[in-house]
Amino acid sequence: MADHSHQTDHAEPTGADHASMGEVHEHPTWKQYKWVALILTLVTVIEVWAYYIPSFVASKLFVPILLFMSAGKFVIVVMFYMHLKYDHKLFRALFTGPLIIASLTLIALLFLFGHLHIG
Amino acid sequence: MDSAAAAPHFVHPPTTTGLDNRKVAIWAFIGSECMLFASLISTYLIYKGRSVTGPFPHEACNPPQCAVALKPILNIPVTSASTFVLLMSSLFMVLALEAVENKGKAGYEGIRGSSKFWLMATAILGATFLGFQAFEFTSFVHEGLTIRTNLFGSSFFTLTGFHGAHVTVGVLWLLTLFAIDMRRGLGPKDALIVDICALYWHFVDVVWIAIFTLVYLIK
Repeated sequence: MADHSHQTDHAEPTGADHASMGEVHEHPTWKQYKWVALILTLVTVIEVWAYYIPSFVASKLFVPILLFMSAGKFVIVVMFYMHLKYDHKLFRALFTGPLIIASLTLIALLFLFGHLHIG
Repeated sequence: MDSAAAAPHFVHPPTTTGLDNRKVAIWAFIGSECMLFASLISTYLIYKGRSVTGPFPHEACNPPQCAVALKPILNIPVTSASTFVLLMSSLFMVLALEAVENKGKAGYEGIRGSSKFWLMATAILGATFLGFQAFEFTSFVHEGLTIRTNLFGSSFFTLTGFHGAHVTVGVLWLLTLFAIDMRRGLGPKDALIVDICALYWHFVDVVWIAIFTLVYLIK
């Protein structure tokens, strides 16, 4: 009876193999993770605090600053918690490619429906 | 004759790219999910401010526009608390992954190396977030906002409901990993399956970061 084990002998990669396959070069340390959490919490507190300042909410800076803080939190989570800063560039392309398409589509739709104006 | 013994022990490289297909797949999936949530957020933003009847998210609705006076419906303090819970769950998730990757190593004794603790803590925080969402949805319905009330209700419940469904899947995934950990223990060789779950969980978190700002904070 033929034994086909040599045809199906796919080695299951171990954690060490993954590191050598260029998937994860290094991870942030325990301390860095806690700093990231602290920064995310502080930015969230600032966002909510800003929401309760009527004069700031009425100003033209409110929306851009809030979007900037939100984008900052987004980037921090993706870079440090999702390890995209340390991972293979293919993963970066797989994430940022669709993200750019999605963002451009969102902006185009907002222009199309009159929520954004030039000039 | 034992052909397996006679044949050369040929081990395929894991993939042609040198990257594990499962991790490539989860990143491709996350990329497609970006487009799904962008479409839902676009729909919400396009319909924002176009509801002809209340309740409204940030503004009161008074007669004659509404039959009775309605106050702004979004509850920012409650949603801020749920946002904090989800952010902390992401921290616990990376600590779970670190515990699995470094199991048995020096410095990872006790709670720091306990993947069971961190996985369960992440799942509990995820379930807490869902509890906040259930509370929010219930109070909205009691205040007269359903998915059929107005454009805001339709787009809001669709967007946050889809996100909540993703969180639910994430909690079930975390509990599955916890059960595996209880049954046979998760170690460095299992780092990839925990990493894939972690990527999904963090993605759910970043989507909420966008929703919190665009839906709840920007008036």
